[in-house]
Amino acid sequence: MRKLLIANRGEIAVRIVRTARAMGIATVAVCSEADRDSLAARSADEAVVVGPPPAPASYLNQQAILDAAWMTGADAVHPGYGFLSENADFAERVISSGLTWIGPDPGAIRLMGDKVAALRAAREAGVPVLVGSDGPLPRSVDGDDTLAVARGIGFPLVIKAAAGGGGRGIRLVREEAEFAGTIDRTRSEAKSSFGDDTVYLERFVDRARHVEVQILGDGSHFIHLGDRDCTMQRRSQKIIEEAPAPRLPDAVRDRIRDSSVTLARACGYSGVGTVEFLYDPAREEAAFIEMNTRLQVEHPVTEMITGLDLVAEQLRIAAGEPLGRTQDDIVLTGHAFECRINAEDPARGFFPSPGRITKLTWPEGPGIRVDAGFEQGSVVTPFYDSMIAKLVVHAPARDKAIELMTTALGQLTVEGIATTAGLQQTLFGSPELARVEHYTTFIETAPGILEVTK
Amino acid sequence: MAQIVSPLPGVFYTKPGPDKDPFVLPGDRVEAGQAIGMVEVMKQFTEIRSDVSGTVVSVNVAECDTVMPGDVLAVIDED
Repeated sequence: MRKLLIANRGEIAVRIVRTARAMGIATVAVCSEADRDSLAARSADEAVVVGPPPAPASYLNQQAILDAAWMTGADAVHPGYGFLSENADFAERVISSGLTWIGPDPGAIRLMGDKVAALRAAREAGVPVLVGSDGPLPRSVDGDDTLAVARGIGFPLVIKAAAGGGGRGIRLVREEAEFAGTIDRTRSEAKSSFGDDTVYLERFVDRARHVEVQILGDGSHFIHLGDRDCTMQRRSQKIIEEAPAPRLPDAVRDRIRDSSVTLARACGYSGVGTVEFLYDPAREEAAFIEMNTRLQVEHPVTEMITGLDLVAEQLRIAAGEPLGRTQDDIVLTGHAFECRINAEDPARGFFPSPGRITKLTWPEGPGIRVDAGFEQGSVVTPFYDSMIAKLVVHAPARDKAIELMTTALGQLTVEGIATTAGLQQTLFGSPELARVEHYTTFIETAPGILEVTK
Repeated sequence: MAQIVSPLPGVFYTKPGPDKDPFVLPGDRVEAGQAIGMVEVMKQFTEIRSDVSGTVVSVNVAECDTVMPGDVLAVIDED
């Protein structure tokens, strides 16, 4: 591997360049016309404009990206997260073009992309799963057959699109009377959003937490790199993550870690992956949500507590090197938090806030890391994800990490655009986060959280 | 004539979904408050509504074109 094309933008493209450069690998950034002068495009050794600003014409334009690889002589493609990172067809095209794909086998991507097949694979590997419809909900003949399945699970329950994921294609049904209508709506939305109207049912867990296990494999050896908690979310999108997951009973932690490794082994997994779980603190039960077959946004918190560079691990394994580590080599030290700094206004329903960043000062100091895709003077365009940077801290213990994040957020200055940093400052001062009493809908439902934040 | 302008920067959509019919076509009748298109900003979609009732004269932006605040999206011949 001599020259790596990065099929992404923003902070993750900058992050990948950093590791590639340290490993002596040249880098090619692809960018849209809107990102021509971006930090990512300037960070890489070369940059190729692959299309106009809308993502389907540029960052999702497979042919233009493959052409850019051919033109620049790149021999490997890193997809980052989002965009084409979990597109099995693209992975296949990369491989059949004679390039190295930085990610798992397309078969594993395809398996985990089909939520019903993924759930079956998880159950077979001994991963705990929620009570549900045990596969696709049959197409109703007279309504009674599907209602019987729903009654068996009990209300409230959730309807999920098989092709959904990342919080999309999910609907809550509180009572039986809403069931038939919600099934129809979820099916027709899934059909138009994902081109597949297969749905399944799961028990609804009130006040759930989100925990996940980081997996690393080389196709024949598999280990975990500990767990994370990503419970603090807005509209099902994570905004604060931490590692390790706090307040998890040992039996639950052992079970999700061990079964995630078993699942990775069952699909011959190669590279980094994340097995996501819903955790019910009342029942002390974890249940499989999905497996993400790519580098995760929140991978830095795992890097902080393991001392590993996950992008370096991905590149080594994709190049055919063996894992070279056993589970005993992995030592977890201290506690890490990450805040996703988004260009959004929490006081206006998290409405996007594009614009020029007129002033920007990142916090600095021991235990503080900033992965940024923007700098002072950068323009945050309206075309893509709202995340501009990740602020990460590492301290010997969770309470110290909370203190350090509070200090770091206090040192952060962003002017010209609205960001989520003020809300995150409020959340780090909340007793719920300190005591791990928050849940995935905490921000939307906790009284006053959004009001006190400027 | 009333101009409907974009309040936001982003990507303009003439249809609610890839397989759906356009919100409005020239010659269509619209009521005040009716959606004439959609602007996507950072993966969030905002419907753009006509503030007048009348007949659509033109939709001035093509599907998936980028718009800036103040750009004219459509022209309506008011009642």
